[in-house]
Amino acid sequence: MFSFDERVIPLDVWITSFVDWLVEGYRWFFQIIKWPVDFTLSGVSDGLQAVPPLLVILVFGIIAWRVSGFKLAGFTVGSLLFIGLLGFWPETMITLAMVFSSVVFCTVVGVPFGIWAGRSDRFNDLLRPVLDAMQTTPAFVYLVPIVMLFSIGNTAGVLATIVFALPPIVRLTSLGIRQVHPELVEAALAFGATNWQVLLKVQIPLALPTIMAGLNQTIMMALSMVVIAALIGAGGLGAPVVLGLNTLDIGLATVGGLAIVLLAIILDRITQSMGTKKKN
Amino acid sequence: MHALVIDLVQESRTAQKCAMENNMEKIVIKNLYKVFGSDPKKGLSLLEQGKSKDEIYEQTGLTVGVQGASFSVNKGEIFVVMGLSGSGKSTLVRMLNRLIEPTSGEVLVDGEDVLKMSKAELVKFRRSKTGMVFQSFALMPHQTVLENAAFGLELDGVDKKDREERATDALKQVGLEGWEKAYPNELSGGMQQRVGLARGLAVDPDILLMDEAFSALDPLIRTEMQDELLKLQDRHERTIIFISHDLDEALRIGDRIAIMEGGRVVQVGTPEEILQNPADDYVRAFFRGVDPTGVISAGDIVRDTQPTVIWHTKEGGPRATLEMLSNRDRDFAYVLDSERRFLGIVSSDSLRDAIDKGNGKSKLEHAFLGEVKSVWDTESLQDILPLVASHAWPIPVVNSESIYRGVVSKNRFLRTLHRAENGSHFEQPAA
Ligand SMILES: Nc1ncnc2c1ncn2[C@@H]1O[C@H](COP(=O)(O)OP(=O)(O)OP(=O)(O)O)[C@@H](O)[C@H]1O
Ligand SMILES: [Mg+2]
Repeated sequence: MFSFDERVIPLDVWITSFVDWLVEGYRWFFQIIKWPVDFTLSGVSDGLQAVPPLLVILVFGIIAWRVSGFKLAGFTVGSLLFIGLLGFWPETMITLAMVFSSVVFCTVVGVPFGIWAGRSDRFNDLLRPVLDAMQTTPAFVYLVPIVMLFSIGNTAGVLATIVFALPPIVRLTSLGIRQVHPELVEAALAFGATNWQVLLKVQIPLALPTIMAGLNQTIMMALSMVVIAALIGAGGLGAPVVLGLNTLDIGLATVGGLAIVLLAIILDRITQSMGTKKKN
Repeated sequence: MHALVIDLVQESRTAQKCAMENNMEKIVIKNLYKVFGSDPKKGLSLLEQGKSKDEIYEQTGLTVGVQGASFSVNKGEIFVVMGLSGSGKSTLVRMLNRLIEPTSGEVLVDGEDVLKMSKAELVKFRRSKTGMVFQSFALMPHQTVLENAAFGLELDGVDKKDREERATDALKQVGLEGWEKAYPNELSGGMQQRVGLARGLAVDPDILLMDEAFSALDPLIRTEMQDELLKLQDRHERTIIFISHDLDEALRIGDRIAIMEGGRVVQVGTPEEILQNPADDYVRAFFRGVDPTGVISAGDIVRDTQPTVIWHTKEGGPRATLEMLSNRDRDFAYVLDSERRFLGIVSSDSLRDAIDKGNGKSKLEHAFLGEVKSVWDTESLQDILPLVASHAWPIPVVNSESIYRGVVSKNRFLRTLHRAENGSHFEQPAA
């Protein structure tokens, strides 16, 4: 009887040497990927931190008021003031910058891929297992290679966040495109629409509410990565949580967590209202 | 027994022939096939071996959509394609603008083969030559009525002011002024399809493809839309391919009808032709229960049997006419002008009255019977029934130039009805 006492397939060894080989030979390639992320992130982050906090709060309040109403505006302003009073303002701005940067890249990459998957069954079939893997692989698994390839810090945190938060916007964009009635596409073609015109004048406008729902999901997932990103040296609201965990400082961890939740609610409500606005 | 039937068929055949000679062929379809599935060529070769649609489906899983369709559509006519569900009507009409790519065959529009067009040429063809109206309306829910009507023009890059002008005009044509800013979901089904029609008309196409355009509407609205279409057609003649599974609709609006069964075009002809001479049992089954008075027109049964007189200003006309009537033992004479336009009817009684009163100076027009009406040769038996029934004299029939063609008598009218009801007009006339 075979008893599995010995390892027959040393997959771990292979993977390790594969990553080593990547790091040694292709570091330049990963630096090129890293550059635009780095650039966006530091730009947004520096910007947010340079602006006086009260002005930031005012702008968020106005946005909330425009897309929803006074209720959400009141909640937004109140929560942000509260976070500031807790002493977490700089961390909140860094987290905001990281979420914003990762969502921008998720959108830039995810929407075109989603459109492609929405229009091609073959590409959709190809993409599906990749997205499944991205969503189900525990983040800790890809933290190590990310650190090896990009070293630690905010940028590595954003890259890990992108991997995790990309699937929903791809999936929902694809779904939105597929949900457009085939008769509408047919009607457009019958009147002489080119492929681009079908996309721009029929499919994307009609898929927009669904794409916005995907964007909302992506933002939420990006926020949920804040703490994990802090494990690889990213700053922001994840840092006090991780520090509290390491030093068993329950107060610090809880307050950091509270700030994350408040920020999540604000971003969720604002983007949701944007999505429903577009429908009408 | 079948004399009448033969007569009718021959008459409409000659009419048909004239129509063909006068009209240009706008669309010519030759041997058009569509096989759905992964290996359509195999389906084609099986069809060539004489396998049926069902056999091919069982053997290979391929669906034959259309097989060997050949016919032509004349410029300016409403050509109705009729058939049961699944008979291939939608497939056929979509092959005309290649929304469905044919497996083999030819589609010539104005002599140009649509199937040989490049992608860019096809886009141009769809933009400039064809408009389409769909059963499900297929309006863009995110656009206003005006934007929907302007959709084809927008695709063609017509600038905003120009296209809105033309779309507004198209909406006016279908009676939707004032609704430009509404969204489709705010309109009733009938109004939505008017928008669909306006979208088709706005691009001013030569050819309008309508796939069961009125089938989703309730019967009253549907009739209204049919009338609307006929009215539009009066003003601006387009070539219309109209898909329908409704016989009444086909008879009402079709200049010619093609009947499809199992992907095949089994018969093409005018409504009368098909009604009087159905190609096979399938077609016959289609027409069972049709009220023939709605389909047969006065022109189909008109006979030039009555005495006619040519009117002139000379005095003494009434005497000569009375003389002629009594010689021939007839009661009525039909008065025409020198170009054979119908003027009126005189009877032996009215002639005698006029002679008595006129002291030898009476003219023919003094003897005209009151309340005489003529009918057009295009009017259906249904339409002329009240006239035929309520007057003692045979009803005069004139053509579109008011030229006298003859009369429809009570006797002839009843005989036509009788034959139709006994179903004998479905039988093949003896050759
Ligand atoms: N995309 C497709 N793939 C496979 N088979 C198809 C496809 N479209 C149509 N068919 C088949 O082709 C045949 C003709 O269909 P078509 O839609 O042309 O019929 P129809 O006469 O328009 O029917 P209806 O009155 O229901 O609209 C049917 O057997 C149908 O199942
Ligand atoms: Mg159909």
